[in-house]
Amino acid sequence: MAPIARLLLLALLSTALTISSGSGDGYTINGRVKIPQGLGTKGFALPGKTSNVKVILNGGQIVTYLRPDGYFLFQNIPAGTHLIEVTAIGYFFSPVRVDVSARNPGKVQAALTENRRGLSELVLEPLRDEQYYEIREPFSIMSVVKSPMGLMVGFMLVVVFLMPKLVENMDPEEMRRAQEEMRNQGVPSLASLLPGGGRN
Amino acid sequence: MAIRSFLILFILFFFSSLNPILSLYEDQVGLVDWHQQYLGKVKQAVFHTHKTGRKRVVVSTEENVVALLDLRQGEIFWRHVLGSNDVIDGIDIALGKYVITLSSGGSILRAWNLPDGQMVWESSLRGPKHSKSLLLVPTNLKIEKDNIVIIFSNGRLNAVSCIDGEVLWEKDFEGESLEVQQVIQPPGSNLIYVVGFASSSLFEMYQINALNGELLKHESAAFSGGFLGEVSPVFSETVVALDSTGLILLTVSFQNGMISFQQTPISNLVKDSFGPAKIIPSSVTGIFAIKMNAVTIVIRVTDENKLEVVEKTNHETSISDALPVSEGQQAFALVQRAGPEIHLRVKLAHNWDDNLLKESVKMDQHRGLVHKIYINNYIRTDKSYGFRALIVMEDHSLLLLQQGEIVWSREDGLASIIDVTTSELPVERDGVSVAKVEHNLFEWLKGHMLKLKGTLMLASPQDIAAIQSMRLKNSEKSKMTRDHNGFRKLLIVLTRAGKLFALHTGDGHIVWSYLLQSLQKSKVCQHPIGLNLYKWQVPHHHAMDENPSVLVIGKCGPSSDAPGALSFVDTYTGKELSSLSLVHSVAQVIPLPYTDSTEQRLHLLIDADKHAHLYPKTPEAISIFERELSNIYWYSVEDDNGIIKGHALRGKCTGEVADEVCFDTRELWSIVFPSESEKIIATVTRKLNEVVHTQAKVIADQEVMYKYISRNLLFVATVALKGSGEIGSVTPEESWLVAYLIDTVTGRILHRVTHHGSQGPVHAVFSENWVVYHYFNLKAHRYEMSVIEIYDQSRADNKDVWKLVLGKHNLTSPISLYSRPDVITKSQSYFFTHSVKTIAVTSTTKGITSKQLLIGTIGDQVLALDKRFLDPRRTVNPTQAEKEEGIIPLTDSLPIIPQSYVTHALRVEGLRGIITVPAKLESTTLVFAHGVDLFFTQLAPSRTYDSLTDDFNYALLLITIVALVAAISLTWTLSERKELQENWR
Repeated sequence: MAPIARLLLLALLSTALTISSGSGDGYTINGRVKIPQGLGTKGFALPGKTSNVKVILNGGQIVTYLRPDGYFLFQNIPAGTHLIEVTAIGYFFSPVRVDVSARNPGKVQAALTENRRGLSELVLEPLRDEQYYEIREPFSIMSVVKSPMGLMVGFMLVVVFLMPKLVENMDPEEMRRAQEEMRNQGVPSLASLLPGGGRN
Repeated sequence: MAIRSFLILFILFFFSSLNPILSLYEDQVGLVDWHQQYLGKVKQAVFHTHKTGRKRVVVSTEENVVALLDLRQGEIFWRHVLGSNDVIDGIDIALGKYVITLSSGGSILRAWNLPDGQMVWESSLRGPKHSKSLLLVPTNLKIEKDNIVIIFSNGRLNAVSCIDGEVLWEKDFEGESLEVQQVIQPPGSNLIYVVGFASSSLFEMYQINALNGELLKHESAAFSGGFLGEVSPVFSETVVALDSTGLILLTVSFQNGMISFQQTPISNLVKDSFGPAKIIPSSVTGIFAIKMNAVTIVIRVTDENKLEVVEKTNHETSISDALPVSEGQQAFALVQRAGPEIHLRVKLAHNWDDNLLKESVKMDQHRGLVHKIYINNYIRTDKSYGFRALIVMEDHSLLLLQQGEIVWSREDGLASIIDVTTSELPVERDGVSVAKVEHNLFEWLKGHMLKLKGTLMLASPQDIAAIQSMRLKNSEKSKMTRDHNGFRKLLIVLTRAGKLFALHTGDGHIVWSYLLQSLQKSKVCQHPIGLNLYKWQVPHHHAMDENPSVLVIGKCGPSSDAPGALSFVDTYTGKELSSLSLVHSVAQVIPLPYTDSTEQRLHLLIDADKHAHLYPKTPEAISIFERELSNIYWYSVEDDNGIIKGHALRGKCTGEVADEVCFDTRELWSIVFPSESEKIIATVTRKLNEVVHTQAKVIADQEVMYKYISRNLLFVATVALKGSGEIGSVTPEESWLVAYLIDTVTGRILHRVTHHGSQGPVHAVFSENWVVYHYFNLKAHRYEMSVIEIYDQSRADNKDVWKLVLGKHNLTSPISLYSRPDVITKSQSYFFTHSVKTIAVTSTTKGITSKQLLIGTIGDQVLALDKRFLDPRRTVNPTQAEKEEGIIPLTDSLPIIPQSYVTHALRVEGLRGIITVPAKLESTTLVFAHGVDLFFTQLAPSRTYDSLTDDFNYALLLITIVALVAAISLTWTLSERKELQENWR
């Protein structure tokens, strides 16, 4: 066990060392989760509070937690390609593909699966913060106008104030002709309402 | 009706195209949703009450939860739900500030900061072989000013530093057959004793220096009688064990490295012996207990290693661990259940005859027996000792007793739900009184005026708080009657403890709970297991006066041929109507789509010998059933052998059984998957009660496609044998995943698709004519989701209106699954970011509303994803017509929109299942997610197009109407006056 502890110490000193062969069977994956201060900490997680962050290997095979300084450790991992997911309320983390190679231990092979960006060291940062709630728009006159009742009132106003104006602006002769036509036809037929129907 | 549904469709389309995101404002949290946090059955509890500050208790549970609770109210300060295979072996408090947990079979040791639950360090412990895991935190054992933790696990003894988790020394115990039973650290010494058995008749004792792990002494002594089970330490250098027959007690003393045995036959202690005994280990000095059948015997060991029976009782007795009180004295508690009360006694270890405390506490019958007790002391104002006891009951609830009262209780059984069903509430019968209405009217207006102030931004902070509390405390939502929209229902849940709970959907309170006797440990049934819940009777039409009831199915023991047990429980009263102990086993339960005249649903129980048994056992049910005998088909999956079989009924049972309700079955077909290349990992079918609105799907260019809707479709996923392990254990070349669509009546494979380089786990959901499944793509090293939609081609010609008018269509021709189906499938795959725990789909009353997938992610959140994102007709550049239809341009991955998390900023820790239930209102579906936590909410996948939202402002509407009326009358008088003036002119 002592080598692991020493490795841990080493890893604390330099973040570059990510994967190392542990004692006995399996390898050790060592990494760090970094949540930038001030990024979207709108009431979900206090800045720097890492106690509710979980680091998950291969969809639940191993679940681990962060130390106060943000480091995490998976021990006794077989060689192969693994998937690390970080879950934290309020942040979106991309899963990370980590290659643990049996041939050259200590070689870092990690890439974000979301954007295929390679990582030189296993420092995981959220891609973006997650805002779970809609933001209430402040009260504005436009929202009242746009609401169904606003539209209703608007239409009423148009009818009440603009329609008489339209009627007034009509040529009196034309008005009379239209009225006569109406009287002649009696019942308005469908054809006359259609465009071009009045031509004949 | 048709017009209405068209209208609904139109509105639906209008709204859905407007805003596809389901979203919630922060002040709407708690309006329709509720969230409850639980722990599970407590395995171990450690008090932290030394300081004058807050009184707290650390618990570990069977749901792999470690939590810190407030001892005054039972609230959770912090809680961690460890991984599902990270079972907690032991917890303790070290240095007064760290919580130490040993988990995963003794291979992971963690320290958590006590006040805030932050992990401080983590150590991985390995060892040569599998063994018992023991955790010991000595109080005053130091190595270079460093407190240590002693762990025995995997055949290795470790001393770990409390400060940073570094292993200070380790010592292997590699003896071939050595089984270490106890690690004893006599207080005040630097010695550790490791005792165990080797090759079944050898008692081994190792004495080790705790400071450096040096082996000081190793003694072993043979006992010809052999050993059985556990040992119980009675003194620091004496343990008690049982011989292999379980009839003789052995007092093993290893003082000064000399092992000596002293035999005491149990028959010498008690006159009537009841067969082999079992030791119940306790940490109390000089006291231990044995159990023979139902009899518990408490035995005292005197200084000369003489055994003395101090108590013999038929009641189930629990003994607490020793609690050090003043000057090296130890106190312990015994608790028993007797009828409606529990009796609690606290005694000093060396003084059996006197009680420090004797209390009787009234306890709800439906909490069952006391399973565990933990005690803690406090100093009363008169300087005497007071005791508080934390007890764990048979129903997994956790209670704190103090001064003969239950201070608080937690229903932690709800953390392990097995099955969920729903029940309607009673119909409101009498009208409400007038006075109440008037009061309500005033309140109602006042409330809406406040709301109006809120929307107009005129409200003061007090007003805003008042609005919020008014919305949250809406008494409407927790009423005990049925509502018009069908939002209020009862959620009936069956927990692993064998208890039924009815939760109200309005606010999640427990309406009733019932401990099922048929699922309790008894003489006949040692390990009962609850299996399923079914709706037994749903009052409807002509049986309106009956209460609805549910059927609870359980079985006795884990084996497949264990006899079953049925219970029928009334969901209004929460009382058991009847229960049945079956003679046959229960392998499969098929709720049939037939009901008798009292609306009892017919259920077919298939036993392990492939006989079918019909319930209810009434002549009426049999006559209904015999009419439909030839129409009943089912399938069974044997995933170990890779076989899927189809079955039908043959007729009444032949042979010796003269049972009217027993039927013989015959095998119709079987599909055998090649065992060397394919292993079944998931099977999914449609929900039985799902409603499909229309079979036709109108696509962009006025074409019609007909969905292939069959209740008998089964989705099966198989993986290559190598790929059935964890991610990372296999290369893309040697793993593949095959998805099948199988007709379960004929056994015909309708569709088969292979995903090369993919592996499980597969989570799938089947609805209408589509199936969506989630799996891992090894080549891209990302999760993928695929959709398969299946369409009926035989009806594709029916799109001509004239054919429909002239009756030349084949829509009314009978469908038989035996005719060769003419189907086409469409499928598409997308990347999905997260691991998935479970997938469900929304369901509504009439099936008109568009569907959403509810994805339970690895982060224990529930994401709602529109089905439109999983439409195989998505293309990179949809045409104008397709865009109008609502087809989203194709992207390679599915979007994760934070606002569409149903659980918003909450986690449903340990998420296991998501259940959706339609409300009466077509637009709305009720969603219940359960795990260690419970979460409930209402969801409107296409927004609430058929009802006004809660936010609707009636006051604004009233004001608008009043203003309009005023304006009309004003303009009318104005125009009157104008006309009059014109006439005068």
